[in-house]
Amino acid sequence: MKIPYYPGCTLKTKAKNFERSSIAVAEMLGVELVELPKWNCCGVVHSLTSDDLIHHLAPIRNLVRVQEMNEEKLVEDEFRLVTLCSMCYNTLKRSNLRFIENYEEREKINSIMEREEDYKGNVKVVHFLEILRDIGYDKISDKIKKPLDKLKIAVYYGCNLLRPKEVGIDDPENPDILETLFESLGAEVTLFPYKKMCCGSYQTVLDKESVADLTYNILSNAKEHHAEIVVTSCPLCAFNLDNRQEIVRSKHSEFKAIPVVYFSQLMALAFGLNIEICGFDSNYISALPLLKKKGYLKNK
Amino acid sequence: MVKKDIMEEIAKANKSVIKGVDKKDIEHWATIYIMGKAYRVPADLTIMQAMEYAGYKFIRSCGCRAGFCGACSTIYRLKGDYKLQTAMACQTRVEDGMYLVQLPFSPAEKPIYDIDTVEYEENSFLKYFPEIARCVSCNTCTKACPQDLEVMDFIQAALRGDFKKVAELSFDCIQCGLCAIRCPAEIVQYNVAQFGRIMYGKYGFKENEFLEKRVTEIKEGKFDKEFKRLLSLSGNKIVDVYKKQQATKSKYLKKGGKK
Repeated sequence: MKIPYYPGCTLKTKAKNFERSSIAVAEMLGVELVELPKWNCCGVVHSLTSDDLIHHLAPIRNLVRVQEMNEEKLVEDEFRLVTLCSMCYNTLKRSNLRFIENYEEREKINSIMEREEDYKGNVKVVHFLEILRDIGYDKISDKIKKPLDKLKIAVYYGCNLLRPKEVGIDDPENPDILETLFESLGAEVTLFPYKKMCCGSYQTVLDKESVADLTYNILSNAKEHHAEIVVTSCPLCAFNLDNRQEIVRSKHSEFKAIPVVYFSQLMALAFGLNIEICGFDSNYISALPLLKKKGYLKNK
Repeated sequence: MVKKDIMEEIAKANKSVIKGVDKKDIEHWATIYIMGKAYRVPADLTIMQAMEYAGYKFIRSCGCRAGFCGACSTIYRLKGDYKLQTAMACQTRVEDGMYLVQLPFSPAEKPIYDIDTVEYEENSFLKYFPEIARCVSCNTCTKACPQDLEVMDFIQAALRGDFKKVAELSFDCIQCGLCAIRCPAEIVQYNVAQFGRIMYGKYGFKENEFLEKRVTEIKEGKFDKEFKRLLSLSGNKIVDVYKKQQATKSKYLKKGGKK
């Protein structure tokens, strides 16, 4: 099964390990993520101003590429667009919903885009986690080579996968898609009341300290519930929870670092994929000592 | 490959400019508006030739007259069309009802960077050109490009630090500045592209392995004997050798393939 795939800038720069592991995991499950031959910025933040149409050009233009891929037979009658980055998912999907519902505005966007073919409103933006859910957790369990039963995992959602409700991949108040996934991989998923707490998002640029405080709260909560490793799907959450531990540690001497990785990295590990594909060396706090201790890296 | 007949064609097209009006030779006329003033000009002229025909003398906005230097950026509208269009004056024929003005200069900020110390990493573009993050993918730059480059796509490639793509997509950029003048995000696309090409050339581009091999061969004297032979030949003999070599070359070119 070939599905159009939108990477986004972070997956090509700071989160290469997320992309590599996800593509490999998808392949194991018989899904080929076919990168859009041409793509631009997702739009980053969904513009809420009602007459600010220009900030929707970027997301809609990417959706036109999905139509083109079908016309060029790069995929076969496949109008789903898969994303990995939660931020891209959110922005693309919200714009898409707005212009599917509003024909008049869609025509306006189409007339500004001009050189592109018109966006027909037939693309469906999905997150890779939804593809995994559709494949079925039984099939995922079948692929396990190294069950994650020796790990206590806290799953962190952040905001972009869940809110607003109409684009959420799961119940925004009480999601369990990541829990179910990791239970199917054999892991012990710990209770984690702060799994939807704000990570501080872009404040990390201007106010590192406040973000470090949030990171401290969130990760302390995970550790109180005996988590040994945290997984997420959002590169910005990952950056805040992972890299900002440097500041946390300088402020709180008692704080012990905890690795934060992408869900696909641990999936790749469970599927017995090559350790390079898992990409644990690119996380700021390395998960390798923990994985070594638990016996996941015997050969190394 | 400049052929005589092409040169003659150019001379013919330029006739009305070079030799003044010979009305008998001019079959079609067009009315253009240069900065609002109407001029009746021969319809086969380029914008640049037409302006000279109308009496303008270029001290700016004119360079190579061959579409390479990027000096003669022009903006125009056609009668009855809302679109603002862009062109190189030396490469575009006049059209009836064309309202035009030339752009003498495009002001641009170019950061100073030392290519020996700049790091070849994804974030370098954003470090020197942070305004590229303002791109909303409106594609106005691409529409403005007289070289038909995919300008927006190379700015997007720069955003994600893809030096190779920036270099490849912007290779034919003539730095005319029309994209930068039209950009609502005020990005100077051609400077971003130049940075990308320089950096890719220095750090990303892999030299062909055969180059090194051939340089070694030359140094080891593989061609010394042949050079000696050529240098010892008389003038006529060298011409013969050259003709023979050219003949095999054209045969090779006709086959149109690599051997």
